[in-house]
Amino acid sequence: MDRSKLLERGPCHWELPASGKMRVPVLIYASNTLLRAMDDKALEQAVNVATLPGIVGASYVMPDAHWGYGFPIGGVAAFDAEAGGVVSAGGVGFDVSCGVRCLHTGLRREQILAVQKPLAEALYTQIPAGLGSTGAIRLGAAQMDAMLSGGAKWAVGRGWGTDADLERIEEHGQMLHAKPGMVSEQAKKRQREEMGTLGSGNHYLEVQEVTQLFDSAIAESYGLKLGDAVVMIHCGSRGLGHQIGTDFLSRMVAAAPGYGLTLPERELACAPIHSELGKEYLGAMRAAINCALANRQILTHLVRQVFARLLPTAQLPLLYDVSHNTCKLEEHRIQGHLRQLYVHRKGATRAFGPGHPELPEALRAAGQPVLIGGSMGTGSYVLAGAATSEALAFASACHGAGRAMSRHAATKLWQGRDVVDELAGRGILIRSPSPRGIAEEAPGAYKDVTAVVNAAQAAGLARKVARLAPLICIKG
Amino acid sequence: MKGHWQHFEHGADIGVRGLGASPAAAFEQAALALMAVIVEPGRVAARDAVAIACEAADIESLLVGWLNALVYQMTVRHLLFARFDVAIDGLQLRATAAGEPLSIERHQPAVEVKGATFTALRVAQREDGMWLAQTVVDV
Repeated sequence: MDRSKLLERGPCHWELPASGKMRVPVLIYASNTLLRAMDDKALEQAVNVATLPGIVGASYVMPDAHWGYGFPIGGVAAFDAEAGGVVSAGGVGFDVSCGVRCLHTGLRREQILAVQKPLAEALYTQIPAGLGSTGAIRLGAAQMDAMLSGGAKWAVGRGWGTDADLERIEEHGQMLHAKPGMVSEQAKKRQREEMGTLGSGNHYLEVQEVTQLFDSAIAESYGLKLGDAVVMIHCGSRGLGHQIGTDFLSRMVAAAPGYGLTLPERELACAPIHSELGKEYLGAMRAAINCALANRQILTHLVRQVFARLLPTAQLPLLYDVSHNTCKLEEHRIQGHLRQLYVHRKGATRAFGPGHPELPEALRAAGQPVLIGGSMGTGSYVLAGAATSEALAFASACHGAGRAMSRHAATKLWQGRDVVDELAGRGILIRSPSPRGIAEEAPGAYKDVTAVVNAAQAAGLARKVARLAPLICIKG
Repeated sequence: MKGHWQHFEHGADIGVRGLGASPAAAFEQAALALMAVIVEPGRVAARDAVAIACEAADIESLLVGWLNALVYQMTVRHLLFARFDVAIDGLQLRATAAGEPLSIERHQPAVEVKGATFTALRVAQREDGMWLAQTVVDV
């Protein structure tokens, strides 16, 4: 990225002052190295976001940002509906409420290693993964609408989890004000056989061990000790969310001129929050959030079933569940005044700091767990929302490592089989229906997740708590 | 020049590009490029045909609509496609897509496509007379 116009505001904190049509500045949180590697398109898109009506504060760029659709992936922007603010389907993305959840197991790494191979096989058999895989649960029209209104709370009501799970999920497991009636029949049809499926691409289910602690006090309140085994699930709202993204992106592109919006690129398409289209999108997008929460809850149930069979002493309570593609109405304090803002996080994680009233009591003092997925060979991180993240980026942080090269380039460099063998040599078992999918997701195709979380910490977005390394990876 | 397809790079996702003697031929090639994102070319047989129709306000949105219609049909019918026959009349598209039921074992699909985007979207005639139809798909 060309840094000549950026002003250094602090550690890993850069500003592009507002100019031209920009209503607010762009603020980038990244180290020198990450900034150098960041594509110019990410900054160009952040500048475009800064021109949108009703934007408040700044157009924010997280350390793992890259070129996205209208908004950069790793972009955060908040809008005030009363000031003509907009909601954007591109600012949420196709995989609405894609996210990560982390389950404790109560087991040590040695106990996993004793059954590593049968556990990998059992998880691979029980968790539908990859293109064309279907779930065992089929929903009729009324049940589909109940799921879209109820989210993980609906799934728990069906027996797929416990009430204790719900307080460890954003929105307590249920996104309110969802409108299943705003979700197209096509979207519902795409979801009919996809409840409780992992998907493909960068989605995964991993059994991981805690290999490093950075903040022992927070780790203790999160219940994480060195050598503990956890389960990490990364997936989203499946076909339903993808179709909602598809439907509304096209509708917003077509409607934008009618709202008097002149957009630097079509994909920045959006609608005023108070417009009919804006309200319809918010209702459908919230239904998709519930779909993602229900989906991760059902996958959790399947994981618990597998563990109950192979490791009957294991308990798998939820540490936390985060979503990193959302637009949510939140209350934020700006220059002493509380304001209701629609915060878009596209490839960015909510990171509420210590004391936030939304957090369950057991986590409130430490701040919100921020779960960061890395590649299947390197590892993941648990961070905690920092007190400073509110003022820096409306309480947001990074979401993952981000790709370092295209899928095509990765398949030129690696063969799926070789990646599986190489990782097996390092004690990591990979199970996937697709060798090419594995090659495309090879660890070397990703950026260094450690550099990303170090920048998030240095900037004050979140604090590092623990590093996790994979033992088993089920890849879609 | 014979019609053909290409992939082009876009960060985490993939661009699909079709080239042909007419917009319809370029759309057919773009669909082949879409399929090659999902599965190795040559693995899918063109057995069952599905009729697809869509329309849009402009030719570029029509390409997005066409690719999204294929994504939708593949998902709900559990099909992979191998051959496309497209006719474009103004801003209306009628097509048949021929393929076969997805077999995870036999086809070993690499990745599912979530949807076609408006990023790097272009439908235009090049100086050499060939039509180009391209956009980025989200995977």
